[in-house]
Amino acid sequence: MSIPLRTPIPSSEQARSASDVRLSVEQVSYAYAPNPSQAPLFTLEALSFHAKPGEIVAILGPNASGKSTLLKLISGALEPLSGRIFLNGFVTHSLPPRARAQRIALVQQESRLLFPSRAWEFVLQGRHPYGSGLRFETQNDVIIATNALTQVGANHLSDRWMDKISGGEKQRVILARALAQQPLLLLLDEPTLHLDIGAQVDLLHNLRRLAAENRYTVVVVTHELNLAGEYADQVVLLQKGKCLRVGPPASVFQRELLEQVFQAPLSVEMTSSGRPRVTLFSNT
Amino acid sequence: MRPLTLGRLLFRCGILAALLFVVVVVALKMGAVQVSLYGLGRDLIRVLLGQSSAISTDYGMIVVDIRLPRILLGIVVGASLSVAGASFQALLRNPLADPYVLGVSSGAAVGAIVALIIENHLALSPELAGLITPIGAFLGAAITIAAVYFLGRRDGHIDSSTLLLGGIITASFLSAIIMFLMNTLAGSNLRGTVFWLMGDLSTPQPRSLLYFLSFGFLVAAGAIYTTASDLNLLLAGEKEAMHLGVDVPRVRIVVYLAASILTGLAVSVSGAIGYVGLLVPHVMRLIFGADHRMLLPASALGGAIAIVVADTLARTIVAPSELPVGAMTAMAGAPLFIYLLRRRLT
Repeated sequence: MSIPLRTPIPSSEQARSASDVRLSVEQVSYAYAPNPSQAPLFTLEALSFHAKPGEIVAILGPNASGKSTLLKLISGALEPLSGRIFLNGFVTHSLPPRARAQRIALVQQESRLLFPSRAWEFVLQGRHPYGSGLRFETQNDVIIATNALTQVGANHLSDRWMDKISGGEKQRVILARALAQQPLLLLLDEPTLHLDIGAQVDLLHNLRRLAAENRYTVVVVTHELNLAGEYADQVVLLQKGKCLRVGPPASVFQRELLEQVFQAPLSVEMTSSGRPRVTLFSNT
Repeated sequence: MRPLTLGRLLFRCGILAALLFVVVVVALKMGAVQVSLYGLGRDLIRVLLGQSSAISTDYGMIVVDIRLPRILLGIVVGASLSVAGASFQALLRNPLADPYVLGVSSGAAVGAIVALIIENHLALSPELAGLITPIGAFLGAAITIAAVYFLGRRDGHIDSSTLLLGGIITASFLSAIIMFLMNTLAGSNLRGTVFWLMGDLSTPQPRSLLYFLSFGFLVAAGAIYTTASDLNLLLAGEKEAMHLGVDVPRVRIVVYLAASILTGLAVSVSGAIGYVGLLVPHVMRLIFGADHRMLLPASALGGAIAIVVADTLARTIVAPSELPVGAMTAMAGAPLFIYLLRRRLT
């Protein structure tokens, strides 16, 4: 699909930090225990990586490898056991909710709404962290929300009810709400789940373009090796709470490594664009 | 995009307020003793001008001293219960939540009865004694909603069916406690039992209590209203709300305390009137949408209208006898509850 180029949504802190590292995860670890006296059920061993504005980082790994935990740590929802996560110099966990929501937008796996709302109402929620008092939306908020819908090619959905549109359309509206937050950091938790292949490619293509246009730093948790290989600038490969490798897809996508992590025979080849492509074989 | 504006909010509230005014006038007129509209207007203006002494007729006495206080009490009670219901629905993410269904009203009633019993043993000044019942009711409401909240929690999430069942069982248990207390410690008193279990507006309340109630309503409902836009986001879940900048723990404690205060205030003067907090927010949501900035004031006005209508019917439908107002609201509310429950299951 073709999406017209729009003016990027600017953000206050972008100008002064355009060239340096925006997100830095420094020796971050985490342990989950149902109560403090027991041994932890799950641990995420210390890991580090850094991302610049406009970069897409993909977190890859099998189930229960700690992908979502890492994303929650980055979002500030969880406090690391050790190490720190900085966003433009601020520790994400210590930011107050409003300040955090002005800098970090999280696209989660879709949640059920208690009462139906229209797509435009949903997107306007992204302006909540900027409002005050009763937060009546200003004309500026409406412009930003409309712009966000346009950026994901979902303007035509504006008046539709959220429970009456397809999974792919809903995913776009959710993404538009995140854009309306005008974040520095865009986090996505398995955004391609429940989407058909066309919609998956579409979404990643959109992300690539948005990251470049709006200078977002994007961190995406995904199962889709090939989408990560095609679109990510960096890949963080996790297995059972250990970070096995961080780097550009071409260096992380090694046949032996991926076979060992995903427990499946596969082959990796390089495409003409220098991107790795993974093919899975059946076991038989 | 047509986001809510202050102008539209005030316009809609104005319409509801006008409707409430019409309902109040009709309610003043209706009853065993017929009153003319002219006489009604004349007497009301005299009251507003502080010339109550000029009203000498028996009709005026009935309207100003009996019907009007009862209607004003109904307005505060209806508004309190509806705002509490809308708040519980958002806070617990459960469209079927309501102070009565969740047992919070029964908890408030137990608190109020216990306060009355304690009050009998303490020689308090009358002003202080009047306040001890609402405070007891608030404590009863707050403890009950906390208990029901933890009953409904599983693995850190609120399970809506467990929550509802927990609430209904709690309500049943507390009703038994009310029966016990009313028939032992408080002295056998069947009319009092019906008052606490079903809700009733026929007991005259001192004027000072009405002022106290109105003040309490404004403070508590105002506190909830400051979180209106946060409640909109809470509908999508606490985690989502947090990531959109809502200070979830703060909103939770404000709404939890304020909704308990509202329930306690209403129950302490009218007993456990059921289903208003369920019915009114749903009707308002159908008309105005789920935006709490609109929904909360609309529910307050709508709740006032609903109670005044229900109480007028309760007064007149079997005249010269009377039904408890709770019987009227349950007749309308229980079928709606079942309808909503069925619709959710499909």
